[in-house]
Amino acid sequence: MSLDDATVKKVANLARIAIRDEDVPHLKEELNGILGWIEQLQEVDIEGVEAMTSVVETDIPMRTDITADGPTGGGQPENIVANAPKTEDHFFVVPKVVE
Amino acid sequence: MTDLTAKTITELRSGLSAKEFSAEEVTKAYLQSAEDASELNAYVRLTPEHAVEQAKVSDRRIADGSARPLEGIPLGIKDLFCTKGIETNAASKILKDFRPVYESTVTSNLLRDGAVFLGKLNLDEFAMGSSNETSAYGPVINPWRRAGEDTKLSPGGSSGGSSTAVAAHLCAAATATDTGGSIRQPAALTATVGIKPTYGRCSRWGIVAFASSLDQAGPIARDVRDSAIMLTSMAGHDPEDSTSIERPVPDYEKALEGGVKGMKIGIPKEYRLDGMPSEIDELWQKGAKLLEEQGAEIVEVSLPLTKYALPVYYIVAPAEASSNLARYDGVKYGLRVHDDDIHEMYRKTRAEGFGREVQRRLMIGTYVLSAGYYDAYYLRAQKVRKKIANEMASVFQDVDLLLTPSSPSAAFGLGEKSTDPVEMYLNDVFTVTANLAGTPGISLPAGLDGQGLPLGLQLLAPAFGEEQMLRGAYALEEAIGFDAQPSKWWK
Amino acid sequence: MAETRNLLRGETGDWEVVIGMEVHAQVTSNSKLFSGAPATYGAGPNENVSLVDAAMPGMLPVINAYCVEQAVRTGLGLNAKINLWSRFDRKNYFYPDLPQGYQISQYEFPIVGEGTIEVELDAERTIEVGIERLHLEQDAGKSIHDLAPRESYVDLNRSGVALMEIVSKPHMRSAEEASAYFSKLRTILRYLGTCDGNMDQGSMRADVNVSVCRAGNYAKFLESGDFSHLGTRTETKNVNSIRFVRQVVDYEARRQIQVLEAGGSIDQETRLFDVKSGETRTMRSKEDAHDYRYFPDPDLLPLTITQEAVDNIRAELPELPDAKKHRFVGVYGLSAYDASVLVMDKDKADYFERVAGGRDGKLASSWVTTELFGLLNKTNTNILESPVTADQLGALIDLIQDQTISGKIAKQVFELMLTEDAGKDPKDIVEARGLKQVTDTGALEAAADKIIAENPEQVAKVKDKPKALGWFVGQVMKETGGKANPQAVNAILKQKLGLE
Ligand SMILES: [Mg+2]
Ligand SMILES: [Zn+2]
Repeated sequence: MSLDDATVKKVANLARIAIRDEDVPHLKEELNGILGWIEQLQEVDIEGVEAMTSVVETDIPMRTDITADGPTGGGQPENIVANAPKTEDHFFVVPKVVE
Repeated sequence: MTDLTAKTITELRSGLSAKEFSAEEVTKAYLQSAEDASELNAYVRLTPEHAVEQAKVSDRRIADGSARPLEGIPLGIKDLFCTKGIETNAASKILKDFRPVYESTVTSNLLRDGAVFLGKLNLDEFAMGSSNETSAYGPVINPWRRAGEDTKLSPGGSSGGSSTAVAAHLCAAATATDTGGSIRQPAALTATVGIKPTYGRCSRWGIVAFASSLDQAGPIARDVRDSAIMLTSMAGHDPEDSTSIERPVPDYEKALEGGVKGMKIGIPKEYRLDGMPSEIDELWQKGAKLLEEQGAEIVEVSLPLTKYALPVYYIVAPAEASSNLARYDGVKYGLRVHDDDIHEMYRKTRAEGFGREVQRRLMIGTYVLSAGYYDAYYLRAQKVRKKIANEMASVFQDVDLLLTPSSPSAAFGLGEKSTDPVEMYLNDVFTVTANLAGTPGISLPAGLDGQGLPLGLQLLAPAFGEEQMLRGAYALEEAIGFDAQPSKWWK
Repeated sequence: MAETRNLLRGETGDWEVVIGMEVHAQVTSNSKLFSGAPATYGAGPNENVSLVDAAMPGMLPVINAYCVEQAVRTGLGLNAKINLWSRFDRKNYFYPDLPQGYQISQYEFPIVGEGTIEVELDAERTIEVGIERLHLEQDAGKSIHDLAPRESYVDLNRSGVALMEIVSKPHMRSAEEASAYFSKLRTILRYLGTCDGNMDQGSMRADVNVSVCRAGNYAKFLESGDFSHLGTRTETKNVNSIRFVRQVVDYEARRQIQVLEAGGSIDQETRLFDVKSGETRTMRSKEDAHDYRYFPDPDLLPLTITQEAVDNIRAELPELPDAKKHRFVGVYGLSAYDASVLVMDKDKADYFERVAGGRDGKLASSWVTTELFGLLNKTNTNILESPVTADQLGALIDLIQDQTISGKIAKQVFELMLTEDAGKDPKDIVEARGLKQVTDTGALEAAADKIIAENPEQVAKVKDKPKALGWFVGQVMKETGGKANPQAVNAILKQKLGLE
């Protein structure tokens, strides 16, 4: 499997990274270099092997249903928008979204 | 007075408690040495006022007898750890001016134990790299140089700021993170000791994520004992991290003694690579011999899937990263490049904010997860990963530890490897398996190559085998007796 | 089930409409699915947001045990299979109300598998609708577009709130069936206490999938399970009322038939419902073909629950609407339809049971459904705020049952209970206002005699037309101010007029 120009552009768009047309050829080359090297995994027999979902083999820890204080709780709109490039009345402000 | 920055944590600890010097004096000495070493570019940000304030608190506690385990020990913090009120950028333009309102669990643990933070350390952007050249702040310079040369060398990566700062005595020890080898490889290239703990041993909460299933925090320190002291403070269960393990933290310093007598240590034959410098092979054999002389049984073992570990890593890590880094979109924090169209704003912001290596990995990660390719790449990689983890687990049925080189080469010159991404990726060939399997590893200095550059050896252990790993590392360290220092050319 | 029904006539022949629904139901919980921020409605902007919900770097999710329990409870209420092992996946896409850049959802392995529910359409018709699955996922935030001309404002209060996405099989075949399903689902969730069903607050929204196919093709689909027999479907997002569900289906079915009959084809697309026009339209923001790049969330472990935990939840399930309906039919002698109307809302069913206890069930049902519900509908009042309590209504019914008043007088008393005599015991009202039924035969006979004597021509008529008796009864009732017992008046008149 190797990428063509259109796929490089499509992937860049999916990843929301603007790329210039003149960058496509070398990006394509680099990505294909990496993917070509990864290709060796096709040699491995994975018949009947379960995919790794987690390294940790314990039961999932759960929270109790109470509202928290601190970072994992609410009631801190100032903190939430403190680093935002643009805000208004504790809202994040972004270019108009068209639905 | 002797140079305070030359002391290990152990030495500082006893000197502080004996009141031979104060925490404030030690902190100021480190701040001075850090400032003098700006040429190394290890720190992206020093926080002297914070540090001195913390040191004063430490001095009061030492005075009133309520000193904590790391009281007054000056540390450097990799800038991947969020620190409350102190800018944290992960060496990326996209996190420009980001000032977390929270403290990562690991750094909270260190503060709880009385540590003093000198500042934030440079790294590869989002920890993606093996040379520290992908940092938006520019590369870190290795304090080590080839004999008779002044070529600037890489300190390894991604924790290159951490390794350099420890090696050049710009902090007593440093926090670091290891996703594919980012603690052990830079430690090897700078003659420091780095531990990548078992996955889940240190909380990931508050550490800027790269690849969630692989990331693990650990220390880089001067010697094995210091690294054990650091790990004892850094580790611990965190209910806010679902992958954190609920298991008591032993006092790792207590695990050091006892030697390797009766231990069975495996030498994986697949780690003998074609074209690897002979010096690395020689040091490896020497390490095995030293362990054998101390009563360990050395056996050759086979890990035939080793060669697939890196390709698996370069699917899994970018895939997770492509998702983890989707939050950097110019809406909530960091850089925004304005455009009237929201999606154009995303594209421009991310093109401007992420460096080339990060962009490359995000694209690889996006591609391997995309419709039609998921099974062939991501799913297959996770299956091979399972086989690799099983293979590791089964070899640890037979042996207590594995001994391997830490990295396939000594420190290399800046720019020497950055053209071909795959060549750069091969730096992690010895370290990455432990990340895939979630098992611990330690790198310690093993000797110098013909050019006078340090090389490291790695000990690997089964999950939660940190104590036996440290015991082995301590014994090996003693036996090797490495005591070289980089000449202080930077002022 | 394989019959063709609800055919739609087109220019070129008959069509069938096929509907499936994905309902997003907000889990009733104090805090969010993966953080400790409040899940309550109506807070100020970004007030109910934790650093986890705002996707600050390094923040990690930890699942809320109660939300898991609620999903299991709901699964049991839908007669569905509970999966003891399930998994959270990330659904990746960029949108300003999705701070992580991904939604944590369950894609390949949902916590609840197949189930089925009964849906009553009317007194005669009940259909069965299959449930495909139920999974847990996070809600997104909210973008507000009308606060500034060129900007949108983002509030993350909903971000991370626990949702159950309940996916039906394509078993609904008309707007009526679709809206009845949505309504029944709401009833079940409210019984279970797993979702409050407040559609105004967005607690329940439906994505309505509509397709049309030629008459007869649905049967082929059912037999073979082969979706190619069905037409291409459109998905109309976030429909938040039962009435709108109906409108969406009607509109989409008509639109699709028109397109197809004009030789066009239907795009598989996402559409929005415009409440004002009652029409659906293509979503403009559909900026690229979605490729969600699902993969298991590495920040979470697989979701495992024990059979024992499931059994414990099952043991504590409340009586569900279908069981309650059957009990109402058996115990109170109600018709299935009346019972289904009563059980639609648990609070209403509870009210009814309190009224009906120890009384005539049918009489109670008729008072509750006609008088009380009529009043509540008219005044838009919730049953819990009913101005007449169940005990007061029961006391009124007691007065009818022991013949203290007639049904007609009872209606007057009911009116008074809402107005001048609010809060008073109906018995006292009857007493004070002298509304007690006249059962004194002497008084009734006197009145009857008077009417007969004064109206000879009517007397002559009633001999040939016994139906004219009603006129006499009315006159006697008038004479007694409506307080006469109608049965008694009837008997007296018949006897006096020689009609037996
Ligand atoms: Mg949907
Ligand atoms: Zn959904």
